[in-house]
Amino acid sequence: MSLLALDRVAKRFDNGTEALKDLSFTVGQGEFVSLLGPSGCGKSTALRLIAGLASPDDGTLQWKDARPDLGFVFQEPTLMPWADALTNVRLPLDLQKIAHGEAEARAGNALARMGLASFARALPRELSGGMKMRVSIARALAARPRLLLMDEPFAALDEPSRQGLNDDLKRLAREDSITVIFVTHSVTEATYLSDRVLVMTPRPGRIKADIALPPGPRERLSPAFAQSQKRVADALLEPT
Amino acid sequence: MKRAASLLLPLLLGLALLGLWEGVVAVRHIPPYVLPAPSAIARALIANFASLMLSLLSTLTVTLEGFAAALVAGVGLAIAFSQSRTLERMLYPYAVVLQVTPVVAIAPLILIWVGFERIDLALALIAALVAFFPILSNTTLGLKSADFHLIDLMRLYGASRWQILWRVRLPSALPYLLGAMKIAGGLSLIGAVVAEFVAGSGTATGLAWRIVEAGNRLEIATLFAALLLLALLGIALFAGFSLLEWALLRRWHESALRPQP
Repeated sequence: MSLLALDRVAKRFDNGTEALKDLSFTVGQGEFVSLLGPSGCGKSTALRLIAGLASPDDGTLQWKDARPDLGFVFQEPTLMPWADALTNVRLPLDLQKIAHGEAEARAGNALARMGLASFARALPRELSGGMKMRVSIARALAARPRLLLMDEPFAALDEPSRQGLNDDLKRLAREDSITVIFVTHSVTEATYLSDRVLVMTPRPGRIKADIALPPGPRERLSPAFAQSQKRVADALLEPT
Repeated sequence: MKRAASLLLPLLLGLALLGLWEGVVAVRHIPPYVLPAPSAIARALIANFASLMLSLLSTLTVTLEGFAAALVAGVGLAIAFSQSRTLERMLYPYAVVLQVTPVVAIAPLILIWVGFERIDLALALIAALVAFFPILSNTTLGLKSADFHLIDLMRLYGASRWQILWRVRLPSALPYLLGAMKIAGGLSLIGAVVAEFVAGSGTATGLAWRIVEAGNRLEIATLFAALLLLALLGIALFAGFSLLEWALLRRWHESALRPQP
């Protein structure tokens, strides 16, 4: 059985807007799955339902066993502006009541893996947009999640930062064997990162294509990558 | 250079106005019981320095007691509101009623209820009433203005309501609270002065009562000296709270940061 299965999930907002209808998909253990779709199609809502931050109005959301430990990375870095990078990364560990010394070490290690070892005492305002996002990812990884949910985390970044973070994320997810559900509206990003791309319809969102991409390393400028990218783009642009 | 100018310019303007005032009083022979010259006010201040300082201390004590009570009640109730929308819906209208009812109208009642034998308590209570609402209102707004994604994240990691309050809501509300404290500091002084006016002879000993007393005796220079001390007290309170705001926010909050050149 898959790690997670959504079956005919529906979600309606208080103002009557139907965000999701008949949303069904599965995610396997260790998979990197992207949810791709136009703005407002309900991608983020689906992520919030998976995180347990909202409940579906209809349909079911089933976990293989219990819900695994989750990490969440928002579109904005969502850091505490009054706390330095290390304290921000330590937050989930403090909440889990992990001993101070161990929490410091784990948070420091997570920052180092994101290339920010020398910025542990920097406040968010002293960091660039890309660095803040790295702190946000370090915070999610420090808690050692089994499932990482990411809601368009790199949408606001410049292209070099975005590509650098894509590479790091891919490496870290593989090293830690983390299952990732990644929301994006970038065809290139989804194709580069994912094992599978789930293409969603405009609102109310449901899956209109489930594309498995060839395994193995990807070169952004290779013909094979361009071909995969075209498959994903065609599915996205195909009328529903 | 700009910093020196921003200090010097108002000082020079003040000195020029004082000179003009002194000159007009001398040239027009304005009697001291109508408008005393600044030099006469300075002489009155020196002559009554000890007693005026005691009055200042009395007003300052009432002001700070009232402010402290308003701070505890305002922040406490704002925290309660942030934890219970029902409580907020129930109590907030009454807080507004308290705010819009003129304190001069309530002061005599409070004096009667608390009793003239506990006049200091009554005065502090009136000062607290005036200062309470800005603290409640701003802190409530600040507690609600915390980044909701950060709150979601805390929930995701299993944080309790109190952990969310302590780690996210209260630090987020700090700039709002400090802004309110600057307003409330001045308002508690106004409350203390109003309370002293209402309490009247034989009970209050603060600067407001000295103003009434000097007015009744036509000692206008002493009246001005007391007024000057009140103004300086207000400025000192504002400066103190501004310093506190700077100390707590200077490293991270937008309001205290200077744009990079």
